[in-house]
Amino acid sequence: MYTASDLRKGLKITIDNEPYIVVSFEFSKPGKGQSLYRTKLKNMITGLTIDRTYREGDTFEPASLEERPMQFLYKEGNQYYFMDNQTFEQVVITEDSLGEAKNFLIENLNVKVLLFKDKAIGVELPNFVNLRVIKTEPWVKGDTSKADFKPATVETGYVLKVPPFIEEGELITIDTRTGEYSTRVKG
Amino acid sequence: MNIQQGLRDRRVLNKNWSLVKRHNALSQRASIIQNIRKFFIKRGYLEVETPYLIPSPSPEAHINPVVCGYWFLHTSPEICMKRLLAAGYEKIFQICRCWREGERGNKHIPEFTILEWYRSNIDYKELMKETEELILEVSESMGFKEKIKYQGKEIDLSIPWEMISVNEAFDRFTNLTLKETLEMDVFDELMVERIEPNLGIKKPTFIYDYPIERSSFAKAKAEDPSLAERFELYMGGVEIANGFSELIDPDEQRKRFEIENNIRKRLSKPVYPLPEKFLNELGQMPPSAGIALGIDRLVMVFLDKDSIDDVVSFTPEDL
Repeated sequence: MYTASDLRKGLKITIDNEPYIVVSFEFSKPGKGQSLYRTKLKNMITGLTIDRTYREGDTFEPASLEERPMQFLYKEGNQYYFMDNQTFEQVVITEDSLGEAKNFLIENLNVKVLLFKDKAIGVELPNFVNLRVIKTEPWVKGDTSKADFKPATVETGYVLKVPPFIEEGELITIDTRTGEYSTRVKG
Repeated sequence: MNIQQGLRDRRVLNKNWSLVKRHNALSQRASIIQNIRKFFIKRGYLEVETPYLIPSPSPEAHINPVVCGYWFLHTSPEICMKRLLAAGYEKIFQICRCWREGERGNKHIPEFTILEWYRSNIDYKELMKETEELILEVSESMGFKEKIKYQGKEIDLSIPWEMISVNEAFDRFTNLTLKETLEMDVFDELMVERIEPNLGIKKPTFIYDYPIERSSFAKAKAEDPSLAERFELYMGGVEIANGFSELIDPDEQRKRFEIENNIRKRLSKPVYPLPEKFLNELGQMPPSAGIALGIDRLVMVFLDKDSIDDVVSFTPEDL
C-alpha cells in the first residue's frame, strides 16, 4: 500500500480496478493549508489522462501487473517488438503505451514488460541506460565560464541537456526515471 | 593530447556541474539578501536573531516540525519575535533558516530561508504597502526592470499592486462561494487548482481576508469575525509571503491553538506542548502586524527559475 507522500513520477497505482501510472506530480501547500499532491495519471490500458489531487494520508493499492523479463528487438512504425527471455515469444507494444520509455529503448536492452490480464501495456526500464550522443555543439576546451548545459541528441532521437564538455560520439548514462544526464561513460 | 591538457580536462570533468551551473543564481541571491537588509536598516528596523532550536513549535494544523533531540527546529521565528514585540521592540526583522518536515517539491524544500518582519502600531493594510515598497526597492537596487518576466509572463511591479479578497477570488475563479467551499471542505484544493494560477500574473497580487479558521495567529476583522486580517502575496502564481494584523488577545490565541491541535489529533499527528511563555507575554504586545516572506521563492521569481533547486546551493538530494 502506498500513501500520498510516496507519489512520484512513474509510480503505478490502482484506481477503480485499473492500472494507472503517474505521469506528472507536483507538491503544493497553499499558505497555512494542508499538503496536496497534484498528479496527472495515465490509464495504462486506455491511455487516457486524468488529473487528481490527493491529500496527505490518502492511500493507494499498487497496480496489479505481471512483470516479465524481455529484450527489446526493434521497432517498426509505432510498433515496438520485445522477446520474452524465457519462452522466446514476441510481444508488440505501441509507442503510445510506452510513453517516455521509447526515448531510452535501444536494441537488445533488457527490460521488464508489464502485463495486465495477459496484455502487454508498458515496460519498466533499468534505472540507468547508456546512449550515444549523435549531435551536440562542440566545446571550447578549458572554457568553464560557459557552465550552462547544452542540448544533445542521443541515438534514439531523444534530446536532453548535457554538461558542456560532452562531445559527439561519446557514450553517456541517462537516469530513465528523470530523463536527465547522469554521467559520462569513460572509454 | 599533452599531459597538462589531460590534467586540466580531468579537473573540469570532476567538477560538480550542477553547482557550477548555479553560480550566477547564487551571487544574485546574495545581492538580493544584502539589499533586503539595507532596506530594513535604512527604515530603522532592528535585525534580530532568535533560536532555531525551541521547546514548543508553533501549533499549526498542517505544519510539521523537525524533531531535534528533546526539542524542535523552528518552523518560523514568529513566537520568539512576538515575545520581542511584547517587550517593546517596535520594529524588528530577521532573515533565517526554517525547517518544515516533509515539504518537498518544485517550490518547497524542507530547509528554507525566511524573512520575517514585525512592526508595532500598524495593521495588515499598511504592512501590504511596506511589502510593495520592499520588493520594488530591492528590484530597483538589483537593476531589474519595472516589468519582470517570470516563466514567459510579464509582471509589472509598479505600485499599486492588485488586491483581491478571498471572497471575490472564489466568486471570480471557481463555481463555488467561499461559504460553500468551506462547507464542502475543498478550500485548499480550489485554492491550488483554480485560484493560485491566476494570482500575480500581470501585477503582484495581494489576496486578503482569509477565513478565521485558516489564520491561527491573525486578528479577526471587527466588521466580520468570520474573517481574519490576513493576506498572502503572489507573484506569477507563486506564493511569496503571508502577513497579518497580529492577534494580541492571549485567551483567544489559546483557543485558536487548541483548535489547531484538535485538527492535528484528528489527523493522528503528534501534538506538542503549547508555548506558555509566549501566551503569558502576549497580553503586553501592542497592536502590530507581521509577515513571513520566502526568500528562496522571491529569488526564483526575480531570476525566472521554475524550481527552488535552482536558487539554493545544495538540495537535500545533493547531500
